Amino acid sequence: MAERLLEVNDLKVRFATEDGIVQAVSGISFELERGKVLGIVGESGSGKSVTAMTLMGLTRGVNARFEGEVLYKGTDLLKVSDRDMQDFRGNELGMIFQDPMTSLNPVYRIGDQIVEAIQAHENVDKRTARARTIELLRQVGIPNPETRVDNFPHEFSGGMRQRAMIAMALSCNPSILIADEPTTALDVTIQAQIVELVSRLKEDFDSAVIFITHDLGVIADIADEIIVMYAGRVVERGSKRDLFYDPQMPYTWGLLGSIPRLDRPRPERLHTIEGSPPSLINLPDGCKFRPRCPHAFEKCTQEPGLENRVETPGHLDRCWLDVDFKRSHRDQTISGDSAEAA
Amino acid sequence: MTVLEHASESDGSALLEVRHVKKYFPIRKGVLQREVAHVHAVDDVSFAVREGETLGLVGESGCGKSTLGRTLVRLLEPTAGEIVFQGTPIQDLGPRRLRPLRREMQMVFQDPYASLNPRKRVGTIVSDPMRIHDLGSRADQKRRVGEILETVGLSPEHYNRFPHEFSGGQRQRIGIARALALRPKLIIADEPVSALDVSIQSQMLNLLDDLQNEFQLTYIFIAHDLGVVRHVSDRIAVMYLGKIVELSPAEELYTRPIMPYTEALLSAVPLPDPDLAEQRERIVLEGDVPSPINPPSGCRFHPRCRYATDVCRQIEPPLVDYGNAHLAACHHPLNVDKATLQQVEVAKQHSPAEADDSALPQDTSGRSNPAVAPDTRSR
Repeated sequence: MAERLLEVNDLKVRFATEDGIVQAVSGISFELERGKVLGIVGESGSGKSVTAMTLMGLTRGVNARFEGEVLYKGTDLLKVSDRDMQDFRGNELGMIFQDPMTSLNPVYRIGDQIVEAIQAHENVDKRTARARTIELLRQVGIPNPETRVDNFPHEFSGGMRQRAMIAMALSCNPSILIADEPTTALDVTIQAQIVELVSRLKEDFDSAVIFITHDLGVIADIADEIIVMYAGRVVERGSKRDLFYDPQMPYTWGLLGSIPRLDRPRPERLHTIEGSPPSLINLPDGCKFRPRCPHAFEKCTQEPGLENRVETPGHLDRCWLDVDFKRSHRDQTISGDSAEAA
Repeated sequence: MTVLEHASESDGSALLEVRHVKKYFPIRKGVLQREVAHVHAVDDVSFAVREGETLGLVGESGCGKSTLGRTLVRLLEPTAGEIVFQGTPIQDLGPRRLRPLRREMQMVFQDPYASLNPRKRVGTIVSDPMRIHDLGSRADQKRRVGEILETVGLSPEHYNRFPHEFSGGQRQRIGIARALALRPKLIIADEPVSALDVSIQSQMLNLLDDLQNEFQLTYIFIAHDLGVVRHVSDRIAVMYLGKIVELSPAEELYTRPIMPYTEALLSAVPLPDPDLAEQRERIVLEGDVPSPINPPSGCRFHPRCRYATDVCRQIEPPLVDYGNAHLAACHHPLNVDKATLQQVEVAKQHSPAEADDSALPQDTSGRSNPAVAPDTRSR
């Protein structure tokens, strides 16, 4: 069994705002082992980015309250001081942000930004750090890294900027790489390159990856385990095969059905999840997906727990519906030809 | 047969015809601001859009698809070529004569955050086009805004709200409402869904579909994702570095791509099925789109193409008809049987019009590649 790097137990994150308390994350748990890829999927506002940033200690602030545990190799990251957190950040956990345009400083050279990251964490001289930067840029597939290292971000294309971000995240050899929608701002061709790069680097650096996205299709070939988040909760969790071939939560069906698919005939209409995600200040009672769920019934006014309801161990969901009912009805939603969409 | 002949011979009349349109951006240097080079953003593009159809325009960032979209509605001035809208050439019209035509052609922009004025209320944003074109009384305008907001799935009570009060998907609906305000015939949608979550994306695609049926709209739908485009398009044009490299009826492009670039784009679309995703051969295109300042010689795709040979480096392939209104520009066409290939070869030798289509632009980039005579195109 591979080394367990991360264990998140019942993590809750709340922010106090002028409008009220935002329950951004309400009790999520997962584990991550070395060499594995964990996919976190959900719409905007489902709490997936807050989860990632909390792991990195980036949501700390006077208005933030945390509960639960984030155990990294046994140390609770929520209890670590801000100063010590800096040692974990970069050295142990690296992060790739969504928008490579705004997360690089436009007035510093790419190389200098990576050198700075290396020197912040390790006691090396500038020349060594620069040599390592060039090597990193080569590893992430930047052509002519010796000259490119002195370019400014605006001289890089979107895909190259994202590669530079990945090089920076890897600069101190972290055990866990957190990628927060790393491909959303990119073209499909570049997206394919980045996904492939992330999975190759995972091998090269012997690390684990948390891959956050709103598009289940993106992680179909690289994730080992997938968590589906909705309204700050995990609503379904299981292996990649469970999620794609035996999805139990109507929300997961909706996410699958929304993707225009090339492997199936073109449907008359795409399936949509009606409405939008609930406000995290004023959550609905019972199942949080109930207002948008086409299959909701009386029992849904009580919130279902995250439990194993199918034969496969480890496949958890939050839905009261009967498993056989779900298995016979979900294809309507997923293949997009449902009569009820009209 | 050229692209344009195709459009005119088809049953529906062409709403928009684009003939050899080029858009170059000058690069200026020095005190005198001398033009030292040009960005060949759109380089000799021809196609036609029939009334009521949706033409998908697909390509990577930097291929010129957005520039083309903007040039078509004259938000950018074309460097050369003709744009014929409803029989009127519009490329040289002055502002006063252009204005009534602007009512017929509207745009929906990519970024729903940047394309709405944050200091204007939704009602003003949607009614502004009507005010500018002086349509109806104020009361009429207000009533119409209410109607349009309802059509796009918002409520008339949103009239007095500001854009920041809306989510990304709702903002895109406001952008669509604004485009619809003048009851246009043609809507150019520039990546209308790429900034949205997949679940919201599908809502938006269905909405665009409904609106097309309700108002008999014609769309030019620009996107980088072939999955999205398939869902809305009747025909699809694939662009690469300022040129159309393949133009085909929508479904055929997916079952029978001819241009290797299209094949690669298709293989990059994520498949939400782990087994299929593992099985299929993923053609990862190395590197980025080359600089449009000095496009590669010959076929512009050759540096990234896995089938490229010497011919591709030297001779630019013309856009050729492979039957069933499926055109492609490639020396090594995929999925084409021998008989068709021979016919195409014969047609090439006898049609001098092709030379005209593939003639290289007389640009300032210093390449001395003379227009290719048809008989040198041996394989």
